[in-house]
Amino acid sequence: MSEKKTKRRDFLFTATYAVGAVGVGATIWPMIDQMNPDASVKALASTEVDVSAVDPGKTITVLWRGKPVFIRRRTQDEIAEARSVNLEDLKHPEKDEDRATNPEWLVMLGVCTHLGCVPLDQKGEYNGWFCPCHGSHYDISGRIRKGPAPTNMEIPKYEFVNANTIKIG
Amino acid sequence: MSDHEYTPKSKFGKWFNDRLPLLTLANHLTDYPTPKNLNYWWTFGGILTFCLITQIVTGLVLAMHYIAHADMAFDSVEHIMRDVNYGWLIRYIHANGASMFFLAVYIHIFRSLFYGSYKAPREIIWIIGIIIYLLMMAAAFLGYVLPWGQMSFWGATVITNLFSAIPLVGEGIVTWLWGGYSVDNPTLTRFFTLHYLIPFLILGLVVLHIWALHVPGNNNPVGIDIKKPSKDTVPFHPYIVIKDGFALLMFMIVFAFFVFYTPNILGHADNYIEANPLVTPAHIVPEWYLLPFYAILRSVPDKLLGVVAMLSAILILAALPWLDTSKIRSAVFRPLYRQFYWILVADVLILGYVGAMPAEGLYLLVARVATAYYFLHFLVVLPLLGWKEKTLPIPLSITEPILGGSPNLATAKSKESLKN
Repeated sequence: MSEKKTKRRDFLFTATYAVGAVGVGATIWPMIDQMNPDASVKALASTEVDVSAVDPGKTITVLWRGKPVFIRRRTQDEIAEARSVNLEDLKHPEKDEDRATNPEWLVMLGVCTHLGCVPLDQKGEYNGWFCPCHGSHYDISGRIRKGPAPTNMEIPKYEFVNANTIKIG
Repeated sequence: MSDHEYTPKSKFGKWFNDRLPLLTLANHLTDYPTPKNLNYWWTFGGILTFCLITQIVTGLVLAMHYIAHADMAFDSVEHIMRDVNYGWLIRYIHANGASMFFLAVYIHIFRSLFYGSYKAPREIIWIIGIIIYLLMMAAAFLGYVLPWGQMSFWGATVITNLFSAIPLVGEGIVTWLWGGYSVDNPTLTRFFTLHYLIPFLILGLVVLHIWALHVPGNNNPVGIDIKKPSKDTVPFHPYIVIKDGFALLMFMIVFAFFVFYTPNILGHADNYIEANPLVTPAHIVPEWYLLPFYAILRSVPDKLLGVVAMLSAILILAALPWLDTSKIRSAVFRPLYRQFYWILVADVLILGYVGAMPAEGLYLLVARVATAYYFLHFLVVLPLLGWKEKTLPIPLSITEPILGGSPNLATAKSKESLKN
């Protein structure tokens, strides 16, 4: 037998396996993808919030895509504190100017980046937020300062529709 | 299978058995030669079978009344508790049954660890057991989400977020698991489906677990290979059936105590508050049976490494038959291993305790030491003990230590032949 030589039959086997693999893949994919967010979930992608009643030093929490969003109207002291932090002290260095383009308003996802709990307002060692689940401390810009969370709390896409209304998403 | 051929007595039995040898199987199960020195630690296999069947039967009944929808799940559970005839009883049996299941499985696992039941030729039995244990944890977690209380919701959030630790694809996997951007109705419906599926997967694996067990036969407290059938064995029925039955009765007393006298002590009061995506309970902890692994997760300050450590703590068990290099199975003849065994038991209990406490200060320190020791036990202590330890002489048979016999091999053998 000349084993080394590719025969007609080897080619047929390989071609059959290849077609079979594509067929199996094409059958399995819909089964997997059906678990991804469906059209009705994706449709709820943006929400508008009236913030006229929020006083300085107060935070409101709104629901966006099933997750809490913190909207904090910061005091002048808090803004000064957030902007004076040395970036080298941060685990995930981000300027407060980039996180809150309008310094008075901090809009961020109220979801701890560790395992997804909702941190508590005005708690923790950095006067910002504290996550009760596994002990992550965030500062007044929502940046991680201490604890297991790997990154700062996320800033969603948002814009001021007018002076009193924020559109998230 | 049994060594001897089996022929049914009745004509119909013979006709049927020639076409489907179910009676041969039944005969194998009744006559199955079992070491005669099995102690009560060996009764937990039967107890676990009872637990699985209890969970499946009560679960089927609960599924007739439960509604898997984020707006209705919580109320439907209260409906079961208040309106459905005996609904409270069935739900309390199912909820406490999960805890009893884990209690029994932990005793079963630690029995294996003490008597070296995982060693050759029983590695496959052991690995199937570990897979069953993993599926049990998955089923317990999924089931805990179904009442849609605060602990359900936030437990689901934290556990699914473990996958976000995976680099690059983590976030995508979490969104896929949720079917949305947070734990919500799509998550609940798929969790219900999977919770319904897993017990049947476990049932299938239990059949393989027992099948694999019946190839070499049971290990025993002395841990030596025995001849089967011989004067070292007794038939499974009636000897082991009666012993298992008595142990099961004792176990059911404990079970009934929880169900009837303190049905909520193993749960969390927060789960009687409906799920609220805006507020996380101040102190979230998993159910007691997951606490040691939760402590390991929290003891590592890095997110990804914490998840890796927690998973490794479970998967390392699958490698145990090769990490334990000692040829002697039973800890009875391993004076050093016996001490390390009890240190491991204490270590796991300590991990369980600190897992329930807040992750700070002294608790965190203790959790870190206990986590390090856990891995040290499997990765350093066990491999080294295999060739450092001076083991005690093992008997030649189960009967030998009781009926006497010389430690000298030749005399013992001649005595054996005299007795036979």
